Amino acid sequence: MKLDEFIQNVADLFDNIDPSLFSAQTKYKELPGWSSLLALSIVAMIDEEYGIRMEGRDIWNSETIEDLFQVMVSRQ
Amino acid sequence: MSFLTVHNVVIRGIAACVPSTVEENLTFPLFEEGEAERVIKSTGIHRKHVVSAGTTTSDLCVPAVNRLLQELGWSTESVDVLIFASSSRDYITPSTSCILQDRLHLSEHVFTMDIPFGCTGWVHGMSVLSSLLSSGEMKRGLLLAGDTSTTMTYPGDKEARPLFGDAGTVTALEYSSEAETPVFFTFGTEGKNYEAIIVRDGGSRHPVTEESLKPIEYRKNIVRRNIDCVMEGVDVFVFSGIRGTQCVNDLCEHFHIDESEIDYFLFHQANRYMTERIRKKLKIDPAKVPYSLQDYGNTSCASIPLTVVTQCAEEYRKRKINSVACAFGVGLCWGGICFTTDKIICPDLVEF
Repeated sequence: MKLDEFIQNVADLFDNIDPSLFSAQTKYKELPGWSSLLALSIVAMIDEEYGIRMEGRDIWNSETIEDLFQVMVSRQ
Repeated sequence: MSFLTVHNVVIRGIAACVPSTVEENLTFPLFEEGEAERVIKSTGIHRKHVVSAGTTTSDLCVPAVNRLLQELGWSTESVDVLIFASSSRDYITPSTSCILQDRLHLSEHVFTMDIPFGCTGWVHGMSVLSSLLSSGEMKRGLLLAGDTSTTMTYPGDKEARPLFGDAGTVTALEYSSEAETPVFFTFGTEGKNYEAIIVRDGGSRHPVTEESLKPIEYRKNIVRRNIDCVMEGVDVFVFSGIRGTQCVNDLCEHFHIDESEIDYFLFHQANRYMTERIRKKLKIDPAKVPYSLQDYGNTSCASIPLTVVTQCAEEYRKRKINSVACAFGVGLCWGGICFTTDKIICPDLVEF
């Protein structure tokens, strides 16, 4: 699993933001348009692309995209 | 893996009742600018019916039962079994099904039982009721299923409040030695995730105290008390997508059900985005997946029968229908059922 690809997959879920603005350090819950619905899109994407089942607390306790990536890897 | 085959039982009719007051999500007071549209788009829920203070689930079920019994031509004395599936029962004890025996003027020889389940209450209830009737010693039974979920969410809870609606339903089953096909079931439970949907206080584990009534702010505009139903939406969403899909696959594979011969796939009505994910994973034609949540919200265990009554009653009345239904939720648990009906009684929706 590659971090770069993961960052891109997360960026694709945010409708109105330029994907090139996303990095490993992006605090995804502070982005404009963040909502609990986007949380659902993220876990759906992780299930579909990576076959990994995430939990609510993984989203709420992770700050950056890289944090989320690390949690995902640990759940593999 | 749990599977069940029940012979010699058929559904004779389904009826439903909703309270007449409607709440629109577009005008929900706690939403910020643009939020209502986003929630409606994602969940699919435009509006729901809500009870007035003092109305219980059993109050919604009674008119549905009376209408159905009248149209079936069943006397109240001919009913042998009454099952009441709900997580909003009249009292902690005694069982609401006992009280309903009297309210519905059923025989005093009737078998009554409450099933305190949420979302999966109709599927689990069908497995219990059909099993009880299968030997033919008891011949007619009613499964009442519904909830007044709006009474279990706090008005200050922006996340939960727009999702739930109230409804009561009844499904009439009868023993028949000429039943062409058995009823098939599959079930599962994930107890480790019991906290994903929970009313924390009021049971033996955490009795009600003054603290139970205090509103707690979890996040902005997400305020709940410990006596309210609390849901970790992300966990339930992930669970439903995985287990809902698995449930239908397990059922069809184990019982060699040809999905192309199924007329309707009836999913528990919680969230359109969630159910569409399941439908797409299963590659089911959208025409076979009716929705009632746009007008009624998540009606807990009423949702599957309510969908039949409000979306496809005409089809169920006029011809033979093969159905697969799948529910998932509180527990966390899931249940799947495959059944065939042949021109059932399906009165128009009753309003209370």
